[in-house]
Formats: sequence, C-alpha cells, structure tokens
Amino acid sequence: MESLALLIAATFNAGTVLAIAALGLLISEKSGIVNLGAEGMMLCAAIAGFAAVVHTGNDWVGFVAGMAAGAGLAAIFGVLVIWLNTNQYATGLALSLFGAGFSAFVGVKYVQEKLPPRPSFAIPGLSDIPFIGPALFKQHPLAYVAIALALAIIWFLFKTRAGLVLRSVGESPESAHSLGYPVRRIRLLAVMFGGAMCGLSGAYLSVIYTPLWVEGMVSGKGWIALALTTFATWRPLRVLFGAYLFGGVTMMQFHLQSQGVDIPSQLLSMAPYVATIVVLALISRNPAWIRINMPASMGKPFYPGS
Amino acid sequence: MGGIDNTNLALRLEVKNVTKRYPSVVANSDVNLQVAPGEIHAVLGENGAGKSTLMKIIYGAVKPDMGEVLLDGQRRLIRNPKEARALGISMVFQHFSLFETVTVAENIWLGLDQSLTLENVREQTMRKAKIYGLDVEPDRPVHSLSVGERQRVEIVRALLSDPKVLILDEPTSVLTPQAVRKLFVTLRQLAADGCSVLYISHKLDEIRELCSHCTVLRGGKVTGHVDPRNESNASLSRLMIGAEPPKLQHRDVKTGAIGLQAKGLSIIADSPFGATLDNINFEVRAGEIVGIAGVSGNGQQEFLAALSGECTRAPVGSISLFGNDISKRNPRVRRAGGLHFVPEERLGRGAVPTLSLAANTLLSRASDVVGKPPLSWIWPKATATLAEGIIKRFNVKAAGPSAQAKSLSGGNLQKYIVGREISANPKVLIVSQPTWGVDVGAAAQIRGELLKLRDEGCALLVVSEELDELFEVCDRLHVMAKGRLSPSINTADATVEKIGEWMSGLWDSASTGAAHA
Repeated sequence: MESLALLIAATFNAGTVLAIAALGLLISEKSGIVNLGAEGMMLCAAIAGFAAVVHTGNDWVGFVAGMAAGAGLAAIFGVLVIWLNTNQYATGLALSLFGAGFSAFVGVKYVQEKLPPRPSFAIPGLSDIPFIGPALFKQHPLAYVAIALALAIIWFLFKTRAGLVLRSVGESPESAHSLGYPVRRIRLLAVMFGGAMCGLSGAYLSVIYTPLWVEGMVSGKGWIALALTTFATWRPLRVLFGAYLFGGVTMMQFHLQSQGVDIPSQLLSMAPYVATIVVLALISRNPAWIRINMPASMGKPFYPGS
Repeated sequence: MGGIDNTNLALRLEVKNVTKRYPSVVANSDVNLQVAPGEIHAVLGENGAGKSTLMKIIYGAVKPDMGEVLLDGQRRLIRNPKEARALGISMVFQHFSLFETVTVAENIWLGLDQSLTLENVREQTMRKAKIYGLDVEPDRPVHSLSVGERQRVEIVRALLSDPKVLILDEPTSVLTPQAVRKLFVTLRQLAADGCSVLYISHKLDEIRELCSHCTVLRGGKVTGHVDPRNESNASLSRLMIGAEPPKLQHRDVKTGAIGLQAKGLSIIADSPFGATLDNINFEVRAGEIVGIAGVSGNGQQEFLAALSGECTRAPVGSISLFGNDISKRNPRVRRAGGLHFVPEERLGRGAVPTLSLAANTLLSRASDVVGKPPLSWIWPKATATLAEGIIKRFNVKAAGPSAQAKSLSGGNLQKYIVGREISANPKVLIVSQPTWGVDVGAAAQIRGELLKLRDEGCALLVVSEELDELFEVCDRLHVMAKGRLSPSINTADATVEKIGEWMSGLWDSASTGAAHA
C-alpha cells in the first residue's frame, strides 16, 4: 500500500517533467512552428538552472534561469525559421545537437557540484490523509503548476480572442496576415513560450527531479515531449494524460526491475514508449479529430505577401 | 466618362494612372477607374488581364509603381488591407480566406479590428444577415459549410465594417443560379443604401444584368468604359478579348460501347471536410461527352478520386471500364486500360511544379519513353521529343521541353496537361474543370480538342462548375448535389433553370421524364 502511494507520487513527479515541456511545445505548434530543438533547449536549461542554484542557493532563481535559457534559444530558432525561413526540421535538429554539446561543455565543472539540501513539500492537512496524502500532496509546487498550465492553455486557446488568433495563425498564416495580424511576431512569441516551458522542465529535472547535473541527462525526454503533443492530437488534457502515463509506466518498470522480475530489462525499458504510443494512438485514432486539431500550416514556411 | 475635375468631388472611388509592373509582365498600365456612390461597377476582363492586381492595389495588398487612389476625393496611401478596411474598403475574395476549424462567429470576430466580445459579434452578425437576407448560422464550424454558405459569411464579414466600397472578386463562380439571384438582390440593396460595389467578373450576362457601369481591361490596359446595359455580349467580348470567341461545331452523337460505368457507387466520407457518395449510377459511351454540373464540394472530388483510382474504397463491382471491374485498381492499371484523367489542380496533381515538361510527361506516359524493367532507363531524347510534340500540337507557350511546369501560365499548363492526355489516345478521358482560370482563347481551343476527341470515338466525362461550358461541349448532363447524382438529361432538352434546380438536389420532385440511361 505504501509502495503504491510512492509509485503514484513518483509517476506524478516524472509526468510533470514531460507535461510542462509538451504543453509549451503544443503552443508553439499551434502557431504552426515545430521546434525539434526541445531536447537541446531542455539540456541547456538544465545546466543553466543547476548552475544558478549552485551559485545562489535559490531554486526559483534556477527555474527562472532555465526558462530564460529555453526562451533565449527558442528566440534564436524562431528568428531563423520565421524571418529567414530556414527549414524548421533541420534548424530544430541543429538546435538539439547544439544544445547537447553546449550544455556538456558548460557543465563540465558542475558535474561534481552538489545542491544545497533539497526541501520537501507537503500541503498542510491534505498531505496527512492516509495513502492519498503521500501519493498526491507531497509534490513540489511545479507539479501542480503543470496541471494548472494545462487548464490555462485550454482556457487561452478556446476561450480568449488571443487564443483564437493563435489557432488561426497556425491554420492559415496567409489568411491571418491578410486580416492584418502580425503573424511572425505571434509565432515568435509562441515559440518563445514553448522554449520557456521546455526550459522550466529542464530546470525542474536538474534542480528537483534528479537532482544533479550529468551530461545528456535529459536523455530523450525532449523527444518524448514532442511526440506527446502529436500523439495527443494537440489537446492539452490528453498531453497531460500522456505525460503521466509515460511517467507511470517508466516508474513501474523501474520498480519491476528492482524487484528482479524475470523479463529482459531491455523489454521493460521499452514499455513506457510502447504503452504511450499505443494508448494515445488508440484514443486519438479518429482522423476527423486529428484534422480539426492539427495546425494545418505546421512545419511549412510562410512568406508574407509580395 | 466624367473626367472633368469638378465632378470628381462626387466620386466615391477614383483610381488614377495606376501602373504595376512585375518582372515578366505589366499587370496594370496607366489604369483609370471612377466609381460613384451607390454604383455597381463591373471590372471585366479575362484571366490575366490585371483585374485582380487592380483590386489588390485598391485594397492595399499590392503597392502600385505609379498612380494614386482617391477615396471621396481625397488622395489616400493604402499600405495594407487593415488600412483599407479602416477607410471603408472591404473585399470578398474569390478563394475564401476563412479559417476552417473555427466557427462562423469566431471567423467574423477575427476580421474585426475593434475589441468587441464574441457575443456582440454574434448579435451584429445576425442583425446584418437579417437586413440583407443572408442566412448564416454563427455557431457552425466553417468546415461544415457549403461554398455558397461560406461566401455569405465572407460577405457578412465585409458588411460588418459598414464599407463604403465593397469589392467582390468573381463572386458567382461557385454559386448555383438561384444563389446568384439571391446575391444580386443583396448587392442591389447594398447599392441602394449608398455602398459602391466593384464587381469583378468575366461573365458577360451577369454584368449586363447587374451593373450600370463597366470598365474593361485587356492585357493590363483599359480598353473601354461602357454602360453594359446598352451593350451586347458580342460587343463586350470584343472589348475584352479583341475578338469574338470562335464558335464550336457540335456534330451529331454516334455513341458506341459503354466505356466507363458506375453502378450503386457509395462511399462514406472519411473526413469532416469531405462528402459522402450516395448510390451513384451513370455511364459514358464511346463517342459522347457527358457533363457533370454542380457546385464544387458536393462530392465531385470524391467521385473523381474513385473513378481515377486515387481512392480505392469504392465497393467491388461498382466501377467498370469496358465491362471490367476496376473499382479496386490503382491509377496505373486504369491508365493502362485506356482511362486517362486530367485533375482540376494543375500544379501538384496534374503536374509536378518543379519538374520540366518533359519529366512531367514521363510520369504519366512512362511506357513510351523508358526502357525495359527492371532498370527502366529513361530515354531523354524520346521524352523531349514527346514533350516537344505536345507543345507544338497544342500551341503551348513554353520555353521548351525543359521548361519547369510552374513557369507556364495557368492556361498554357492546362493546354499542356490536356494535350498530354489527349495525345496518349485515351479510350476514356475524365476532365475536371477543363478551362478553370484559362483565358477565352485557350478555353475555346481546349473545348475544341475535347470535341475532336469525342468525334474520334473517345468517351469523355467533363466535370465543371461553368454551366456555359457544359452546355457548349456536352451531349448529356448530370448534376451532382450532396453526394448524389441526378439522372441524365440531353443537353438539348436542358435549361439553365432546370439544372440550377437540380443543383440544389431537387430532381426527385421535379419531372424525371427527361431522364434516360
């Protein structure tokens, strides 16, 4: 019973990393820009956040540093693909490779560093409830922020005019331009928001989740976040669900491996990927829904009128 | 007309000496245009005559090299569409600029510059729609609307900013004759309220019926300012193309065996943007041209995809070519059986834009110009010769076989693609929108070629939105509406009114006595 509560808590924690990044990427993609550089942005943000905490001792400074690093890299990416019309996929891949190398380079002297003692969190009252308390209410505040973020994005996209404009830009930048909307600026802001969220996720990883700095420590979570947005057909609650599902299966297989279950560890390591793809593909298999939710201009260059 | 300065004060819109040059063409050369308040003013010209460029200049989407635009007697620099709308100039585009995945009200909301609430916009939309008899449902997503409904949304959107000048670009090309009537009523009401309407079209009858003034463009120059009500189609046509279009010879039908046949063809739509085909029955015999009229989006695309083999979801036995079931065959097999297809999208489906004409010929005529499998070497010389032959035979204006497909004008590329399929000696030819965006001369030539092919014993199926064209070349007509196909009627017995009625799907109630086959 207690170990189940711990497993749920670990799932919640692991899902948070993916959810924050994927929700950010969702906004970027809703504007029509695919940023394959998520992994690189997360790595740079992870080292930026880690270093900031090492030097200041304040986790929140670390989060801000991570978000700034992510948003900054996303801004460079955005200028390249939005104004200079470089290929989104190639530029994103370049950003990913750059981020991996650059973070390793900067991070060399932080490999041995230790963070100040990690604080523990508990929501007074709720965390004392048996089982539910340790499972759900002893998380870092950012874990709840991730849920709030998903709800905020739903409200923004479907209840506000600004969200409507963002969706329109993603569907048909040409039409949005002809109506007088600053398509490029809107896209840049969306991309930077995506970068900032990837950054927050990366900083959470190195400051709270792991918490230490190792080269390449994001280990594919950026790619998973990218895949989640697509498999969840760009719907925020499904992204959230997918993130927790992936986190849950990951934790479960760790648990099974540590129990010494007689299944090859390679198969177990594969499980989270397979489970996430299968489940999300099943719930999102309606092609009509995909077409309605998928930003039609995604990945395509936009040249405002000549 | 009215070039004296003191009359200009009364003009709503005046365009003075506008010139716009593009690298390869002068789109507008010293163009003048004068529109009074409450006037419905036609701008007539062929495709490529410079109508669209002129309108985009007025709407601020294109910057002229020279000349100026005056609104209510004041010189205005209109830098972008937003400024144009702020000055009271609205435009309804030929290809709509609506967002498919959001609702009507949200689309209209996006087009308004003020910061109204969505609820306000819904109310205003309903009110405007009521005044002008345009029925729109604000809460429906745009992808579920027909083309006519979409146009009404565009018009309501334009009207919400209370425009002084409303520009409509080829507004009737997608409408049924009945919907055209309704549009004209709305436009006359608008004009009576003092709004000036600029009506761009190449349809002479419509202009003569609706407009009180007409500016004719040819090759970027103004060739006349006339009152269309006092003109005949022939005189307008002369101004527009410098000659009257050649008359086509229509000979008697000598039909042979059934070439292409559909029996009980039903396919359920696989996307919310598509149409469901419902029990379609028809046949085309050798030596006849069968036309399918109807407003696009009523299942034509799905029907053509099923016939051409791009979609193989048709039930077994529902489509046959000379008696052989082809419903599950891919396009290559069908092509080998003599069934050729000219799609409506020239660039992208009819031809690969960045490949040369020769290479594009190779793609659909491979058997003539490549060696034996498995290597299938391309014979460049034979390919070029084949392309050269098509260019010559069909008078295509192109730099040669190595010219990129996208470098040709729409009309010339269409001639090339139609020519490519005709010169393959098809037994059955399906042509979608044969003369869409093609100038009058090239259109007449393409239609002539289709008739010639029919006389040589080919079975032809022509799908078009242009009723005039169908009446001109077809022996029998069907109408497609809401995924269903009407019975066929001999063109000689058909009237525009009847076909128009059928376009709304009303053939069951009407007499079906004329049906045969």
